[in-house]
Amino acid sequence: MISRRTALAGISGAFAVPALARDVRLGFGNATRLLGSGFSEKGEMIVQRTRAPLLETPFEVFDDGLFTPNDRFYVRWHYQDIPLAVNARDYRLKLSGAVSRPLALTLGELLKLPRIELAAVNQCSGNSRGFVAPRVAGAQWGHGAMGCARWTGVPLKAVLERAGVKPDALAVRFGGLDEPPPEAPRFLKSLGMDHALDGEVMIAFAMNGAALPMLNGYPIRLVVPGWFSTYWIKALSSIEVLDKEDDNFWMATAYRIPATVDGGVPPGTTQFESVPINTMPPRSFFTNLRDGAIVPPGPRLVRGIAFGGASAVAKVELSRDGGVSWQPATLGTDAGRYAFRGWQATIDFAPGAATLHVRCTAADGRVQPMRPVWNPGGYLYNAVEKVEVRVA
Amino acid sequence: MKLILALAGLAMAASVTFKNKTIDYPADPPGLPDRFELVTQNCTGCHSSEFLTAQPKLSRATWAAEVAKMRRVYKAPIEPGDDAKLVEALVALQGG
Repeated sequence: MISRRTALAGISGAFAVPALARDVRLGFGNATRLLGSGFSEKGEMIVQRTRAPLLETPFEVFDDGLFTPNDRFYVRWHYQDIPLAVNARDYRLKLSGAVSRPLALTLGELLKLPRIELAAVNQCSGNSRGFVAPRVAGAQWGHGAMGCARWTGVPLKAVLERAGVKPDALAVRFGGLDEPPPEAPRFLKSLGMDHALDGEVMIAFAMNGAALPMLNGYPIRLVVPGWFSTYWIKALSSIEVLDKEDDNFWMATAYRIPATVDGGVPPGTTQFESVPINTMPPRSFFTNLRDGAIVPPGPRLVRGIAFGGASAVAKVELSRDGGVSWQPATLGTDAGRYAFRGWQATIDFAPGAATLHVRCTAADGRVQPMRPVWNPGGYLYNAVEKVEVRVA
Repeated sequence: MKLILALAGLAMAASVTFKNKTIDYPADPPGLPDRFELVTQNCTGCHSSEFLTAQPKLSRATWAAEVAKMRRVYKAPIEPGDDAKLVEALVALQGG
């Protein structure tokens, strides 16, 4: 999967070009990407785009443990004008709109509020978009635009209660320090009032026990367990309580999915009733067995990760016959219903070829489909994963 | 045991302190070849060029829609008279 290649050398001579650059192929067409280590507070990442950063977690990281290290956690920003410097003393989180007491909280004030901690998967709406067929435009991610971390922070509810939400409040809108190009719409997302007050939506100041990397939203970001990452606003700086539905571009036009049961429509469909993207469906992956691998005959421990999305992992199953029959895998430590959960099974490989599928069913009844859903945004990809191996 | 773990977690989290922080940011990768100057001028003001070269093969109509969206939503200062040439250049960038 990973190869070394000689990078183009001697371009203009103004910059030192590394003699060797590692690249990675993600498993779909036009999917060779450079691996880069030049991003602050980040280790080696798959560089999907340098500016504004789209940095993908190399998939082997997911075999190392349930929690994705902060320095390998994926990064996704829309606009190039992102915060590269934060002055901790001057930072303010502003609350305004339909509240009795508008607030401008300092970081020190936030730290004095009640705290919660929970493990949750953060996944980009377009994770795995490169595998969507027929292909669609957008960030051409492999499966690594996701990660699981232990988040520590203040329940959004505590902050909203301090501000005093007015009875006519309908939604809460969030913005960060990133700035759009002149005249373009600021990146803003909103949640319904009941959701915002559920006690789990969090203003997080720590990730896996440490401060957030700048590129993951230092000093504070929103955490919306079970929901796609588009709502997890980074470098959170403004909270507006709205007394009407949010009609801003990023809710009303972008990040919309078909209002169908599975969020899919027949490929090529452009006109459909839509809703804002919301909860994540279940997914599961092999982490120690790659498609195309050659394995020796005999028993072998196969393992991976799964997550339920909006609810816990109910079961993970494997199929050796193309999805006709399924056998349960053994589940690992339960780190909470929104977290990655490890699974494993011992497979006896007979000489020849073998195909394995893995499928997760969530506690809310959602189950991974054999065929991917299709929608023009390339959102919600969660098809059953398959590995074909040669046994020799 | 649970209580001890909970306290340990809190202590770890409590140790988070906010500091002033500044990071450096890497330079763009090498630019597109000179013959794609129109793409460089019109597209890379807002994003680096890998975003173009990483796309799957897109039709002229799709590229035209992308150009229109960049102008309409993100206010990219693309001269309307350049649209046709820009779309052709984007198609050519993908190997025609």
